[in-house]
Amino acid sequence: MPTIHLEYFAILRDQTGRAAESRHTSAPTLAALYDELGEHYRFTLPRNRVRVAVDAAFASWDHTPADGETIVFIPPVSGG
Amino acid sequence: MSRFFISTAPVDPAILRDELHLEEAGGFCAFEGWVRNRNDGRDVDGLDYESYAPLATAEGERILTEAMAHFDISNTIAVHRVGSLKIGDIAVWIGVSAPHRDAAFRACRYIIDEIKLRVPVWKRERYREGDTTWIACHQETSGS
Repeated sequence: MPTIHLEYFAILRDQTGRAAESRHTSAPTLAALYDELGEHYRFTLPRNRVRVAVDAAFASWDHTPADGETIVFIPPVSGG
Repeated sequence: MSRFFISTAPVDPAILRDELHLEEAGGFCAFEGWVRNRNDGRDVDGLDYESYAPLATAEGERILTEAMAHFDISNTIAVHRVGSLKIGDIAVWIGVSAPHRDAAFRACRYIIDEIKLRVPVWKRERYREGDTTWIACHQETSGS
């Protein structure tokens, strides 16, 4: 089972109560991973309002998490 | 050459402007986003900004590269602050120099609009009453 590194920002950091964590996952896609974590941490943001990045590049929700990847879910941005 | 920066330190517009003051440029246009004291009818005490820096820097750089390609401009630099900001602080600074003003104005507008849509930066408003909330700025009907 791959080990992935997760970093959390903004509202997702508040809801997980942590800035980062490593997890073993069998999620077949990033979408499934978000849903799994959302259930665990009770995320309030639906997936259609979130983007996802793998190793500091935007990625597709269909991507299969691989060992050693850094995965970041991107809540709606609010710079400026 | 890097043109987009995420900064924990206050923005110094004079230094950034000097970088854009080129002999080929006939003018310069800047946009400064400031922390204001009210939003959505509430008194704001300040803003906390955070970013996913590796992706924010890459996406910001991509926006400035697009602006260089799409508009007839000489150079551009943009800086976004992170950390705890107070009322009046500069949260974002964008500068564009160009041979002619139209391209400078249009590129500056393009860059701030794209930053607000695409760059992973988040702001949390601190209210005078003591509570806080994360803002999704691009979904508001009006913005700064």
